[in-house]
Amino acid sequence: MTEYLGLSMLLFTIGAAGVLVRRNAIVVFMCVELMLNAANLALVSFSRRHGELDGQLAAFFVMVVAAAEVVVGLAIIVSIYRTRRSTSVDDASLLKA
Amino acid sequence: MNDVLDTAWVLVALPLAGALLLLTWGKESDRFGHWIGTAASAASFVWGAVLFVALAGRDADDRSVTTTLFTWFDVGRVRVDMALTYDQLSALFVLLITGVGTLIHVYSIGYMADDPRRRRFFAFLNLFVAAMLTLVLAADYLVLFLGWEGVGLASYLLIGFWQHKPSAAAAAQKAFVMNRVGDLGMVIAIALMLAHLGTTDIARVATGVPALSDGVVTGLGLLLLLGACGKSAQVPLQAWLLDAMEGPTPVSALIHAATMVTAGVYLIVRSAAIYDASEAARLAVVAVGLVTLLAGAAIGCAKDDIKKALAGSTMSQIGYMTLAAGLGPAGYAFAIFHLVTHGFFKANMFLGAGSVMHGTGDDVDMRHYGALRTAMPVTFFTFAAGYLAIIGFPGLSGFWSKDKIIETAFGFNVWVGLGTLLGAGVTAFYMTRLMAMTFLGRKRWREGVHPHESPAVMTVPLVVLAALSVLGGVMLLGHWITDWLAPVVGEAHHEELPVPAIVLTLSVLVVVAAGVALAWATYGRREVAADAPTDREVGWWTRAARHELYGNAVNDALVVRPTGQLVRGVTAFDKHVVAGAVSGLAGLFRDASQGLGRLQTGFVRSYALVLFGGAAALAAALLAVTIA
Repeated sequence: MTEYLGLSMLLFTIGAAGVLVRRNAIVVFMCVELMLNAANLALVSFSRRHGELDGQLAAFFVMVVAAAEVVVGLAIIVSIYRTRRSTSVDDASLLKA
Repeated sequence: MNDVLDTAWVLVALPLAGALLLLTWGKESDRFGHWIGTAASAASFVWGAVLFVALAGRDADDRSVTTTLFTWFDVGRVRVDMALTYDQLSALFVLLITGVGTLIHVYSIGYMADDPRRRRFFAFLNLFVAAMLTLVLAADYLVLFLGWEGVGLASYLLIGFWQHKPSAAAAAQKAFVMNRVGDLGMVIAIALMLAHLGTTDIARVATGVPALSDGVVTGLGLLLLLGACGKSAQVPLQAWLLDAMEGPTPVSALIHAATMVTAGVYLIVRSAAIYDASEAARLAVVAVGLVTLLAGAAIGCAKDDIKKALAGSTMSQIGYMTLAAGLGPAGYAFAIFHLVTHGFFKANMFLGAGSVMHGTGDDVDMRHYGALRTAMPVTFFTFAAGYLAIIGFPGLSGFWSKDKIIETAFGFNVWVGLGTLLGAGVTAFYMTRLMAMTFLGRKRWREGVHPHESPAVMTVPLVVLAALSVLGGVMLLGHWITDWLAPVVGEAHHEELPVPAIVLTLSVLVVVAAGVALAWATYGRREVAADAPTDREVGWWTRAARHELYGNAVNDALVVRPTGQLVRGVTAFDKHVVAGAVSGLAGLFRDASQGLGRLQTGFVRSYALVLFGGAAALAAALLAVTIA
């Protein structure tokens, strides 16, 4: 049980660190997926631990939402790449005061 | 409604229609516009004469006809009808206004012949006449006020007619503003009537006066007097009249003879019921009249500008009328009598002065005239008729009217009587001075000036007015004017005179003769300098009179400068305190939003960092709470 949660924490930390330090939008995106899956792992672990299905149900929801998010997110990234010839998230910083 | 006297509205409608027609018709009416204006005024006069005959044909106690045209407004308890009263008093005024007004119209055809805006000038003249007729025909103080303001507007437009001259524009504004001060008194008086009587109908106010407290009646009297002071150029609101000479000369004649300045006297006489009920208000009227008649006479003595000398004279003569109106029922009729005769001879002399200016290339300085008698004989003889009338030469109109006022003044109080007597002497002095400097003596004409007689269109009105100046006294025959006006202003009861009337008349003649002799000795026999002595060379009394007794300086010191200071103070307060608070608050929010806006860097990763930091802080806080 602890091992699963430890792995989940590790994956989440790697994902969060990746989001913060990487500039490439694709990589940032993959790190976000990593964080989602770390959360899924924790949910499933707790589900198993408590012997209830709620956590697994939530994990399925997360997967569905993540799939939809991937579709939208990749479309945005492709669109940005087409107009700016770059996938760096720091280049897309026009929305500021 | 089939009575001819119910058609008094036609009197107003004719010149008003003339004014509207002239103002809206395009350039093609430039050629004949002045004839339309003159015809409108003349038609109004003819109609006035018809109505006058009809009125005179009625019984003496049936000579007041009030016609309600329509209800002007009806709000709550207050109902104001657009009603006209045609009675003995308004009938006289109608004839004076339209008669003299028409003559001035005719004269203006010649005088303004070369002015490109002559059509507009006639439109304003018509407007002036229409407004003045509304004023004297009104049966309600609010309708009267409508005419009152109309007169103010028309005078503003006409005084400033040559608006390209800054001095004319300023004079028009001055007249307008000073009239507003008087109007304030009128407005408050009307409000007082509404508050205490619930009506502004002149007849109903008159019947309601006995029910009012003394304080209110005196207040009404003083407020109406303030209004009268503004319109009639009485002290302390006299300063606009001399500046008003900036207007074309026919305008001065119209303002001084037929319209405008007579409105104040009319108001006081029309409000006789109020003044009869208040000793204090009457005393104030007498005081104002006396001060003005002496101040005006003093100013008239020192001015070298022929129009300004005449303007001082008008002030003085209106002072006589105001004084007479303040003497109560004994004086009302004589105030109106002097008003009418003054209307004749002052219009005559102003138009004569205009004729002189016309002949000398618009020069107004009497020191540049001299010996115009031979060059302009018609102007000279007509002017002489006016001159003899105003100084009170026996038999002429001014003699009868002024003599009656002086007599009544003596019946009221010896000192007031002596004041009017002195005024008569000074009048003789300044008018003789004007006459001698203009028409007699040696030529002092500027180079290139060739005085010539004016065209017939200008001299015919002069002749008519001169005849009226000479013959105006017939109105007193058999006490016609007092009997005629008695139903309106009340029966005159004769005061006990300190000396027999014939002695008074003789002493007036002696004083007048002394004034004439003094002026003749100073300006007739001796040579008049072509250049005026400077202020340093003349005595303090001449200097004061030249500067209009420092009326403008007093106004400046008492009103203009303090008001200017106040305005500057209020402006500074508005700028620094009110606007400062508003823009300070705006600045605060602007700076705060700029500071906060700097947090929005646009870098997604920094947002993510804030997000994670926030989540971590939240988790730490939850953890801390759980452990505790």
